[in-house]
Amino acid sequence: MSKKQTLPVRLLKGFGMFWWDFLVGDTPELFIAVLLIIGVITGLRGAGFNTAAVVALPVLAIFALGVSVKRAINSSKKK
Amino acid sequence: MFLATVSSGVLVLVGAVFLACAVEMVEALTIVFAVGHTRGWKSAFEGVFVALVALVALVAVFGPALVQIPLSTLRLIVGGVLLIFGMQWLRKAVLRSSGFKAKHDEDAIYEETVAELRASGQSIGRDRVAFVMAFKGVFLEGLEVVVTVLTLGTSAHRLGLAATTAGIALMLVVIIGAIVSKQLSSIPENAMKMSVGILLVSYGTFWAGEGLKVSWPGNDAFLAFLVVVYTLVTWGLVALAKFESPKKKVAAHS
Repeated sequence: MSKKQTLPVRLLKGFGMFWWDFLVGDTPELFIAVLLIIGVITGLRGAGFNTAAVVALPVLAIFALGVSVKRAINSSKKK
Repeated sequence: MFLATVSSGVLVLVGAVFLACAVEMVEALTIVFAVGHTRGWKSAFEGVFVALVALVALVAVFGPALVQIPLSTLRLIVGGVLLIFGMQWLRKAVLRSSGFKAKHDEDAIYEETVAELRASGQSIGRDRVAFVMAFKGVFLEGLEVVVTVLTLGTSAHRLGLAATTAGIALMLVVIIGAIVSKQLSSIPENAMKMSVGILLVSYGTFWAGEGLKVSWPGNDAFLAFLVVVYTLVTWGLVALAKFESPKKKVAAHS
């Protein structure tokens, strides 16, 4: 017997799925990278290293982007 | 004189909202055109209307709630979301420009949607398939517009400007769409997507830093510097990826 979900449950599920696709989708590495970047910058700011934080934030974002592009290229070559 | 009074933050905000909304609207309009041309405009317009009502309701519910969040927390959340979203766009743009991913082709999307609609058969009375397809196309693409406008607008304390910019982008796309009809592929969507990616990552970096109490040199002017840096990095990544591109290898062997 199939369980039919109520409208609010379906809407909530759809909303959750939208955010999952929006933020994680097929690039979980970028989601994890941003969490790590926020952690690193929080640490640097906590220790009072503002200049290091100014440099590290874009540099880490560029590194994450590069890794993600490389990962996609490698996976495309395997296909 | 006017330009001197407009900060780089405002220019980046307007640019990011305008391009992001235009790109999403081109995608939505392609689906609506396919539905309208194949199954008739009545159900297509009904789907569009209901989707717009649902989006307005979402804005009415979540818009005021966002304003209640403390600014530094909001900027950190928005910065994080924009960093992820922007990097996803840039990644796709780099892969498309270097030949590792097929370019986003509105003609192909149009043909695919038409084929799907034809395969589903005609319905009598209200065309449920056409309604659902038009609704989904507008609602899902519109949801991304809503997220972009709400997050960028509230963080910059310029929700009105962001909403107006989105409205202008929407009107322009609809007008251009009506003129070129179903040939939306003539809009340079891939180049626009790369620009949006650069602007979103720049804004994401800036707001995430602001949310974490990073003091940017030159304040708002640093945003323009970030745009330049990310543009150069994107070009560099495209050039590097092209070295590994299958197209280049084929050309080298031929």
